[in-house]
Amino acid sequence: MSTPIVPQKISPTMTPSLNPMFRFQWEKAQDCFVLLFPEGMVKLNGGAGEIMQLIDGKQNVQKITDTLNNKFPDAGDLAPDVHEFINTAIEKKWLYHD
Amino acid sequence: MTNQAANDRQKQETSAMVGPPLWLLAELTYDCPLHCPYCSNPTQLSETKNELTTEQWFQVFNQARDLGAVQLGFSGGEPLLRKDLEALVKYSRDLGFYTNLITSGIGLTEKRIGKLKEAGLDHIQISFQGADPELNDAIAGRGNAYQQKFDMAKSVKAQGYPMVLNFVLSKQNLEQITDIMRLSCELEADYVELATAQYYGWAYENRDHLLPSREQLVEAERLVNEFREQQQGKGPHFIFVTPDYFETRPKACMNGWGSTFLTVTPDGSALPCHSAKMLPLTFPNVKDKSIGDIWQQDFSFDYFRGDDWMPQPCKGCDEKEKDFGGCRCQAFMMTGDMHKTDPVCSKSEDHHLIQAAIDSAIEPSTPILKRVNQKAMQHAKNTQLSIARTKV
Repeated sequence: MSTPIVPQKISPTMTPSLNPMFRFQWEKAQDCFVLLFPEGMVKLNGGAGEIMQLIDGKQNVQKITDTLNNKFPDAGDLAPDVHEFINTAIEKKWLYHD
Repeated sequence: MTNQAANDRQKQETSAMVGPPLWLLAELTYDCPLHCPYCSNPTQLSETKNELTTEQWFQVFNQARDLGAVQLGFSGGEPLLRKDLEALVKYSRDLGFYTNLITSGIGLTEKRIGKLKEAGLDHIQISFQGADPELNDAIAGRGNAYQQKFDMAKSVKAQGYPMVLNFVLSKQNLEQITDIMRLSCELEADYVELATAQYYGWAYENRDHLLPSREQLVEAERLVNEFREQQQGKGPHFIFVTPDYFETRPKACMNGWGSTFLTVTPDGSALPCHSAKMLPLTFPNVKDKSIGDIWQQDFSFDYFRGDDWMPQPCKGCDEKEKDFGGCRCQAFMMTGDMHKTDPVCSKSEDHHLIQAAIDSAIEPSTPILKRVNQKAMQHAKNTQLSIARTKV
């Protein structure tokens, strides 16, 4: 724990996948997407939920970003947001990458 | 405004105020193949014939899920003793629950681990009593328990589950803490609870035999920290839980009464925590009332919500939002009054009872009791556990 975690460099060709330790689903009562793990739950905000829905272990970061840019044309380039979230999610071990 | 309308409005206000019971603990049976003296189950035996049926459990899951419950723990006793466990897992998983099996590992087989996986079980938690067969099986009161747990833990990981190991620590096994952590690494656990026993049920009766000294705890915590340093971010995540007897502020028991946790006991009693049955309150039964009515309307679930019930020093305390006055069961067990401040708090007028318990544990004056189970009862001639034979 004493060594600081060096931020991962997220590249467009990287393909993230969900750590099988976690389950991703929509929770009606919480009105958001969540990650479930042994005896715990993480609530995801809207943007994180949109990104997580596209993570299937097949699409790379570029593909995910393109899909979101098409879905939200007025939001500007979403690449920095996608990179930042995936970086955080890898640090938190929610996601693995190849 | 009619009475009905006033009632309806009040109902709406209550349900808006109370969040969902995110955590549902389904205690399927109190029957258990082990005899651990630290067990938090009630010491009064209950009849297995009064257990809820499969259909009744389905109804509980449906109603709780509708309210927004998301984590479901199958516990007991030993939940594997229920032959319908696979059916209960499948039903609740299909409703969207994250399903946790909390087991001793006794009664598991590789095949059953596979069947539970097919049914959709998300996670298995296995309890251990020690880091080697000698101590583990002496505490558990059953021969060969360690080897069975070891083999099943291997199989749980081999079959791709997230796995939590739970070690209930007491002065009986605290000296093995480093070996316990090594064992956890060998078994590739994801999370490991190094949880000092909490003193309810059987454990309260056996407290003198379980409660470690402050020196033992300080040393154990040092060893855990040392081990974590060596891990360099790899291997299991160790969670060390110290007993509240050595704190000066009480724990935020159950995250606040009726705020997050709902326990349903084998006979269908609904409780805000698994020990609450000891309190002089009448708790509802899922056979008579829906989970929604219980959670949002029942007198007992509302009783310790908020701070109206609080005595001093809690009521005027600026930390009351943090610990909610501590544990109601602990206040009741130690002072005889469930409304009092948890004696763990150094501001409590009963705090001296905690120090007395710590002192009393230095030299126990009564023999240790081993948990007696309904089925084992017929055969048990001697209910004392000869822990003295083991190397503690």
